[in-house]
Amino acid sequence: MEIIQQILFVAALAAVVWYISKRVRLISRAIKLGRPENRYDHAGERLKTMVLVAFGQKKMFTNLLVGLMHFVIYAGFIIINIEILEIILDGILGTHRLFAPSITPVYSILIDIFELLAFGVLSVCVVFLCRRFVARVARFQQERHREMTEWPRTDAAIILIAEILLMIAFLTWNASDSVLRDRGVGHYGELRGIVPDFLLSQYLKPLFTNFSDTALIAYERTAWRLHILGILAFAIYVTYSKHLHIALGFPNVYFSDLQPKGEMQNMPEITKEVQLALGLPLSTNADGSQANDNGEQPGESASGVDSPADIGRFGAKDVYDLKWINLMNAYSCTECGRCTSACPANITGKQLSPRKIMMDTRDRLEDIRRGWQANGDDYKDDKSLLGDYITAEEINACTTCQACINACPININPLDIILQLRRYRVMEESQAPASWNAMFSNIENNMAPWKFSPSDRFNWADQVND
Amino acid sequence: MTTEKTYTVPTMADLAATNEEPEILFWVGCAGSFDDRYKRVTIAFVRILNHVGIKFAVLGPEETCTGDPARRAGNEFLFQMQAVANIQVLNGYNVKKIVTACPHCFNTLKNEYPELGGNYDVVHHSQFLQGLIDEGRIKVKDGESFKGRKITFHDSCYLGRANKVYEAPRDVLAALDADLVEMKRVRANGLCCGAGGGQYFKEPEPGNKDVNVERVEEALATGADTIAVACPFCMTMMSDGVKNKNKEDTVRVYDISELIAQKQGL
Repeated sequence: MEIIQQILFVAALAAVVWYISKRVRLISRAIKLGRPENRYDHAGERLKTMVLVAFGQKKMFTNLLVGLMHFVIYAGFIIINIEILEIILDGILGTHRLFAPSITPVYSILIDIFELLAFGVLSVCVVFLCRRFVARVARFQQERHREMTEWPRTDAAIILIAEILLMIAFLTWNASDSVLRDRGVGHYGELRGIVPDFLLSQYLKPLFTNFSDTALIAYERTAWRLHILGILAFAIYVTYSKHLHIALGFPNVYFSDLQPKGEMQNMPEITKEVQLALGLPLSTNADGSQANDNGEQPGESASGVDSPADIGRFGAKDVYDLKWINLMNAYSCTECGRCTSACPANITGKQLSPRKIMMDTRDRLEDIRRGWQANGDDYKDDKSLLGDYITAEEINACTTCQACINACPININPLDIILQLRRYRVMEESQAPASWNAMFSNIENNMAPWKFSPSDRFNWADQVND
Repeated sequence: MTTEKTYTVPTMADLAATNEEPEILFWVGCAGSFDDRYKRVTIAFVRILNHVGIKFAVLGPEETCTGDPARRAGNEFLFQMQAVANIQVLNGYNVKKIVTACPHCFNTLKNEYPELGGNYDVVHHSQFLQGLIDEGRIKVKDGESFKGRKITFHDSCYLGRANKVYEAPRDVLAALDADLVEMKRVRANGLCCGAGGGQYFKEPEPGNKDVNVERVEEALATGADTIAVACPFCMTMMSDGVKNKNKEDTVRVYDISELIAQKQGL
């Protein structure tokens, strides 16, 4: 009987590992749809950023209270998961609290800490549910933000409720186990005198005093299974959810932009055309060195810039034209909406929402992924990110103020996507707003964005002594 | 201004003719050259440079748009045409150091020209003024007294968030000995004036408010009588916002260099 349970447990574990690895392969394939770009440089600086921003959650503490609450869930989840090791080994080996006898005094201290954190996680999840659904914090509401449709709101509720249930399972499992230990039932009794009551679950013991031994064992097993299977199911769910940030947040911060926020990425393929147009010798790499024969940037695996066939399109129409980091950004976004709350266009009622840019990019990727799974790996539909998901009105409203980048707790850059989409609209489709076209022609003809004569440029100097 | 003093504005071409090189090139920018309001900022800054005795020069008619608005609007080709041509002129004069009163020019020259072959030491005029104050070369005396006046500083996105210059303009304002008051959204959290990313050159998309009005409301809430800016586009947007709120008689918008010039009696 025991052995069947062990076999079932191992089978469940193997199934989850298999399924998650399949999901990881699909997501990484989707991210790799993006253009190559070297983000493996400056390892020291990247590591430092990851330690501060991802592990240390520096940017979450902009709002101290929310930062602390989020930190409780984060630390709780990481630390409580140490217990998973024992739970999984117990499941495989058919043991009960495998580590307890060998590390007795430390063991109960550890479980006490886990219980404290579990209570913290539980409380914060309740507060977070209240913030969303009772206090109705503006950035989570559909009335104010049209991208907060039913699924994002349900997703958030599922995550918070699941975490609450997992923590309840953990605490009541410990409590029922303590009662069984007190009563000396079966193998539970073997740890009597070795494992004491735990810090918080001891207060839950009265809940179980009226349970028969059989009922108590049934509850203990159920809570244990609910906890571990719940965690495994949650791990699968996360790969479909905005909650994927718990895993991707770290690499996303590691690979995030290092250059000043105001710096727009150069387009070397255009530099070459400009130099040809101006009759200048071809040169210009990032370091000012000569381009090599393939025109490749050093350290960059991007295709060369020599033949027009290699150029592809200017700017981005679809996710294939974006960089892989833009796509990783999309999968890492947890839809908190701090970017959108800081966006001047959004604050003043325009259609643009940086969060929606990220959600649309992810939705586009997930639609492509579904296409692969339904119709084979080579499947391509006739939709595109610009047009079918994001409109020109949205991207045109951006002031490029970088408040969204600044606000993102995990350094996501929605602006980079917006600017690449603009480049496509303007250079491939010639679809700039009319007054931008006028500004362009002023720059071209008068060397200033306004229609002044270039010869009047220095007239101001006549007034310095007035 | 003091009547006996004559301010001069040498061009790079003037200096090159006598085989001279300036300490620094003052990049005026299109707004500083053509916009009537911002020309006064250019003039104020030039007077300070003259007064302090900095050996500077401008490109004059040889200066052209850095290409920033074209790039942000998506026209990379036009941006690079401008950039490459400007870099040829700058490198031709062997320019090493540049100061500009426009954060957009500042950001482009500093961060985006190097990849196209233009490597210069670029500072914003707020940083330059701060340096002069720190070195004691600007002595704030003679002119207008700012004692008891409330000034609030509006962060320009391309100076602040883009390049993390938050303290320099505030340090410059501190030299006025005025009462500096901060808005709710400042420094890294500063709210845009609404002009960046090419917005200045087109009508805003449909919404329920203009960004500059939102920002000016915040500035007015501080009770300041002066809104200090350090960017030509912020200057226009904030001035328009003040007009929108019918406060142009009681609240003035000035660039930090104008305030320093006033304080110095220039």
